[in-house]
Amino acid sequence: MIRLDNVHKTFGTHPVLRGVTLDVPRGESMVIIGGSGTGKSVTLKCVLGLVTPDSGTITVDGQDVTRADRDEFLSHFGMLFQGGALFDSLRVWENVAFRLLRGSLKKPREEARAIAIDKLRRVGLRSAVADLYPAELSGGMQKRVGLARAIAADPQIIFFDEPTTGLDPIMSGVINDLIREIVVEMGATAMTITHDMSSVRAIADKVAMLHDGVIQWSGPVGELDATPDPYVQQFIHGRADGPIEAVR
Amino acid sequence: MTLTAPVASLGRSTLAAIASLGRISIFTARTLRHIATPPFYLREFWQAVIAIGWLSLPVVGLTAVFTGAALALQIYAGSARFSAEAVVPQIVAIGMVRELGPVLGSLMVAARVASSIAAEIGTMKVTEQIDALVTLSTHPMKYLTAPRVLAATLTVPALVAVGDSIGIMGGYLVATTRLGFNEAAYVKNTFEFLEFWDVGSGLVKGAVFGFIIALMGCYYGMNSGRGAQGVGAATKAAVVAASVLILAANYILTEAFFAS
Repeated sequence: MIRLDNVHKTFGTHPVLRGVTLDVPRGESMVIIGGSGTGKSVTLKCVLGLVTPDSGTITVDGQDVTRADRDEFLSHFGMLFQGGALFDSLRVWENVAFRLLRGSLKKPREEARAIAIDKLRRVGLRSAVADLYPAELSGGMQKRVGLARAIAADPQIIFFDEPTTGLDPIMSGVINDLIREIVVEMGATAMTITHDMSSVRAIADKVAMLHDGVIQWSGPVGELDATPDPYVQQFIHGRADGPIEAVR
Repeated sequence: MTLTAPVASLGRSTLAAIASLGRISIFTARTLRHIATPPFYLREFWQAVIAIGWLSLPVVGLTAVFTGAALALQIYAGSARFSAEAVVPQIVAIGMVRELGPVLGSLMVAARVASSIAAEIGTMKVTEQIDALVTLSTHPMKYLTAPRVLAATLTVPALVAVGDSIGIMGGYLVATTRLGFNEAAYVKNTFEFLEFWDVGSGLVKGAVFGFIIALMGCYYGMNSGRGAQGVGAATKAAVVAASVLILAANYILTEAFFAS
């Protein structure tokens, strides 16, 4: 469904992606792991068109993302941002229903609000939260609202950017379970980037490790622990010694 | 350091200035296109009208009343040197509506609004809210820039009109209470000599200055650097650029309207 073929991206003189090739089949949950600054977020942003690759092709359902009608193309996507990226000036329900209040998916305000409250319930938040502003919520609640916004329009593809960063272990577990449930329930294709190994094991069908601008290893999550790949072994066990330099 | 270093530095600065001018020109053209083409975000437009127009009234009003009052004192003191004290109402009115009302009012709005727009959009950029807009099929310039620029272009003339009235009233209060002018004669002289274009030119200036203020706030916000320092720098740059452009545009417009 999502195919990246030899994607390169350089910022200034710093090459971030040096030929990323990756396939994400429909309905699968792919988790990309890798150290900080290895280009995980850039990879996601390239698929979404937020960053334009220097070379290589990215296709979704066979369609080149750079040539697709942007509105139509993005209407299939939902994304949970690392910091939530909730709009401060809008109430929680307006954040969740953002896509339903304007554009091609526009619905009457009351209907959009009802859908938003339903999605908030789906991520374990009470309807009383709907009329609060994002600044009035805790980090975990903001993450859940971001998740509710990502699934509000029932997208076919959902991206999760560091979904558990900054959360305590219990809240991380809650978010991981929610993501897994939602992906299975909706039958959506998911791409998650994280360096939290508990997230990887909870969310992934397949795992790809990005290092030095290329996919170093990829395979089913069940093979992660058994693979002899030294990069994967160093990463998943959090060792300072190994082929991945600690000082980058 | 070589002998050519200063020349190279000057060249780099010149190229950077030209590049910046080009980027601002492209941003302006895109803004105008987004203002003119649907979809239109009316809710965001009305929120911007309130934030830019209504909430700027106190600062514009206070600026105008003190300016009008000081202007009356200055003109009285100056005109007394050649026994022309009677011109105080006319000069206060013309000075306020042609120059001080639009320029000082807009500079105060620039300080208040360009900074807040740049800080808000800059913060949205560094917290990925702009990226989130894109993923939600919403063009950031159409959603953030177009409503603010249109709102400022329409509301700053209204603020100028209010400021003009309050400024003239400030002059009236000082002239009648401190300088011994007759109330009825002051009002009569104020309006008898004021022409439509005196007021109209000030309102046109207000529209241009409003456009500049919101455009600079949006431009520097959209191009903000990372972190608190980046947002701070964008905010400062927005206010400085808006203020300088207002003063430059004021000269150009005055030349166009009144130089004959």
